[in-house]
Amino acid sequence: MIEDILTVMWKERKTILRGKASHSKFLQMLMFPIILNTVFPITWGPDWVTDFPPLISAIIIPALLIAVMVPDSFAGERERHTLDTLLASRLPDRAIFFGKLVAPIVVGWGVALLLSLVSLFVVNVAHGEGELLLFTLPIAMGILTLSFLSSTTMAGAGVLTSLRSETVQEAMQKLLIFITIPAVLVQVLPLLFREQFMTFMQTVDGLQLLVIVVVVLIVIDIGVFAVAFTRFQRSKMYLD
Amino acid sequence: MRALNNLTFEVPAGKIFGFLGPNGAGKTTTIRLLLGLLEPTSGRVEVLGFDSSKQPDEVRARTGALLEYNGIYEQMSAEDNLEFYARIWRLPTVERQVRIKELLTQMGLWERRKELAGKWSKGMKQKLALARAILHQPPLIILDEPTAGLDVMAATSIRENLASLADSQGVTIFLTTHNMVEAERLCAQVAVIREGKLVALNDPDDLRVQFGGYRMEIVGSGFNEKTLTLLRARPEVSTAEVAGGQLTIYLGEETDTAPLISLLVDAGVAVKEVRRGKASLEEVFVALMEETR
Repeated sequence: MIEDILTVMWKERKTILRGKASHSKFLQMLMFPIILNTVFPITWGPDWVTDFPPLISAIIIPALLIAVMVPDSFAGERERHTLDTLLASRLPDRAIFFGKLVAPIVVGWGVALLLSLVSLFVVNVAHGEGELLLFTLPIAMGILTLSFLSSTTMAGAGVLTSLRSETVQEAMQKLLIFITIPAVLVQVLPLLFREQFMTFMQTVDGLQLLVIVVVVLIVIDIGVFAVAFTRFQRSKMYLD
Repeated sequence: MRALNNLTFEVPAGKIFGFLGPNGAGKTTTIRLLLGLLEPTSGRVEVLGFDSSKQPDEVRARTGALLEYNGIYEQMSAEDNLEFYARIWRLPTVERQVRIKELLTQMGLWERRKELAGKWSKGMKQKLALARAILHQPPLIILDEPTAGLDVMAATSIRENLASLADSQGVTIFLTTHNMVEAERLCAQVAVIREGKLVALNDPDDLRVQFGGYRMEIVGSGFNEKTLTLLRARPEVSTAEVAGGQLTIYLGEETDTAPLISLLVDAGVAVKEVRRGKASLEEVFVALMEETR
């Protein structure tokens, strides 16, 4: 099983990072994250290593990258008519599922961590003044966990939305709807509940908030992965 | 709606089996059933001794497939396309390299192995897809219209490869095609389906006799309505027609043709050439489709 997952990951790596078209597309995807982690640390100042913005970046960057990579990996196989042949091979469903899932997660998470280091380098060059600025432990832990959980949540959601999509575009549109659900929910929450929520938020400190976000993401992850894994079966992959 | 209905057939081992039918007849559904990608609502599909519903992994592990679309990763090189599937089939590293080189050389693609497959012509991609299907030397290959849309040279090359696989390596090939000449040349046996039902199953020669009968083609001059009436009155003649200056006499069974030629000569026909033959598979196919409509 592990060998099969690695085989699928090998192919995904080739298609994500190799090929002239993929190369330029990948660089385009990285433009915003690079700007986020170079310009913002300069404008934010030395507080970048102790404040919450690197955490926002750690959530947004992998989510952005994976929102492009996962639909391309799952729905893209169908759109490019390579899925049938892959399903006709001896690869088990699980190997295809995990191989296709893990490759974008590794890339998304890796890029997020790498860009956090870039932002650290930038803030040191711009505001270090001879002193080495390092992320505080909660911020460093937050970057590690949030970027990972953001990657997995988005990957799971990406698989779910891709399974019944004929094209990459359709899958990405569905994923966009999925992402906006929490924002819509907040808007439709009864006013009283919203006020209680805001009051509660004011009582928690940064670390507690971090733990709450991590727990919420883990719960969402488990749910999304369970549904995606159940639905990822060969016989359910045909849309006709 | 039933995609397939009471479909029963057996594919002879080591031969090329043609699976013919118009668009929407159920060919692709049959292939998906064979590969265990779909489960039948009733009935049983056995491939290489394995039940494709209960042991689909066993079936797929022993089968190579070139489906409706070639399944080539266009953003990967030809070599990487084969490398990926060689890894899937778990060929050892050294054997993998040897096999890829052997196949790409055999298909005339070795020199261009580093190029992105997306830049290749349809014929080259199809050859690459065929190489991918036989990479792990499976005992069974399933091919869904492998020569569709190819130029004559590319199609001929693919057909030669298929014939060689069956003849020299004893590979069983399940082939769907709309090209009746191809089916006639390659297949040891053909099945014809329409609306999910089997309408004919035989070797192409017998099928041509069974549904098209024997015929005589006569090139000459002096054919007229009187000649045709005389011919049609003969018990061994099913029908006769003139088209393009050629008289075709359809015979119910294989019969002595000398009396018919004498009859034509006596009626004033100048006979230049006489050919005996059978209906083409294409004619049989058309007749079968019209008969079952």
